[in-house]
Amino acid sequence: MSDISRRRVIRTGIAATAGVSGVAAAARLADLAGLIPPDSGGILGPGETLTYAAQRLIVDQSPAREFSRDKISKSPYPNGKPPADEIFVRHQANGFADWKLSVDGMVARPSSFSIAELKRFPVSSQITHLACEEGWSYIAEWIGVPLAHVLEAAGLQAGAKYVVYASLPIQRRRWDSVDMAEALHPQTLITYGMNGEALPVEHGGPLRLRVPRHLGYKSIKFITSITVTDSLKGFGKGRGSSAADGAYSWYAGI
Amino acid sequence: MPGNTSAQRHSGVIRVTHWIVTLCFFALLLTGGLIVISHPRFYWGEEGSVLMPALFSLPIPASRGSVSTGYSFVLKDQNGWSRYLHFQAGWIVVFTALVYAIHGLWTRHFRDNLMPSAAELTGRALFGVIRKHPRFQPPDEAEARSYNVLQRVTYLTVIFVLFPAMIWTGLAMSPAFTAACPFVADILGGFQSARTIHFLVTVALALFVAVHVAMIWLAGFGSRMKAMTTGTPKERA
Repeated sequence: MSDISRRRVIRTGIAATAGVSGVAAAARLADLAGLIPPDSGGILGPGETLTYAAQRLIVDQSPAREFSRDKISKSPYPNGKPPADEIFVRHQANGFADWKLSVDGMVARPSSFSIAELKRFPVSSQITHLACEEGWSYIAEWIGVPLAHVLEAAGLQAGAKYVVYASLPIQRRRWDSVDMAEALHPQTLITYGMNGEALPVEHGGPLRLRVPRHLGYKSIKFITSITVTDSLKGFGKGRGSSAADGAYSWYAGI
Repeated sequence: MPGNTSAQRHSGVIRVTHWIVTLCFFALLLTGGLIVISHPRFYWGEEGSVLMPALFSLPIPASRGSVSTGYSFVLKDQNGWSRYLHFQAGWIVVFTALVYAIHGLWTRHFRDNLMPSAAELTGRALFGVIRKHPRFQPPDEAEARSYNVLQRVTYLTVIFVLFPAMIWTGLAMSPAFTAACPFVADILGGFQSARTIHFLVTVALALFVAVHVAMIWLAGFGSRMKAMTTGTPKERA
């Protein structure tokens, strides 16, 4: 082996080692900073991690675009029909008077809220865009209480990393989760009203968690539970949502 | 045999970035196509759904039953993995483009090889090239080693207009990114406008690739492929 090629091999070796340990160090730092999504595994994990990390750093607490009242869509598309399950129909016949939203996990006072109790919190409203990953979209006014207020009322504990929320177990239970930056964001709303009226069942009434900085599938309809946790490992396959347990990415801010 | 044949037609950075982008382009085209069939209708502005008239729609079957297409069947939903791969390929293109752009500025590749000269941009010179073009003459030696004005203008448009437009319109569809940079979507007229432009630029890029491959075929497929792979064009007998 000539001197030059030997030097080249050594230099390449050093560069490769530095590169690999650099990536490993960066990955550990990113994990500490909460920049690794729960579905970061597999061959398509690196792209997902880059998207999540980059957007977390760039987007931070910026508010989702809000619109003037005249931009509200005349015909917001209700994706799917309201559930026909007996349990839901009974709630609906009762005007959702017995509907409860439980808040548990890493909170000082695990609690349960009726719709009436949620309406006693200061009202927050927003006119934001909802885009489905399929491509359709609409603008609507969403009325409710910021998730942050409810978490505060329940006594959010230190060390909390994610908030998991789930629908009534109808057809198949849908669940999802957001990191604390999204959970405490003022626009992340436990929604009970839409366009000046009660939230229609077609749009997830009586309660929908509205996450306007994410695609529509993150805004789970018919929610009944909120769980604060420091790890998503115990939930489903540990990928952070029923969507991600299927095939869709956990982070939907794209 | 004319001299200078040992010189590389394309530098190493250009060859490597060319093939990485090629691979990513086909991954993006495939996954983009699979995503678009879940709603093959296009709109302008912020909102759009099957409850509204479309600006235009594609006469293809859809992967969602909620979209009426005139076909009696619904295709399988492939959006999950398609979206993961779409964004991963997008990231690779961005990093590759960064390397390519720095290299192109550093080595003056853009200025020396891609910018047309003032003389080439006169009406007469352009007319000459255009008139010669449809005859599909194989390139002479000078042409085989540089680009004519049509190639230069086309490549510059693809590199500095169409690719950035794809990234821009892609980001304009992100509800998180537009929270940080609302003007990215606002300036285009909204989310649906961004989606429509994203699709139209895809068509333009796909057409470019089709013509690009056809031209390479006519110019000598083996020789051009070799030039972009090993760096040296195959010598002509």
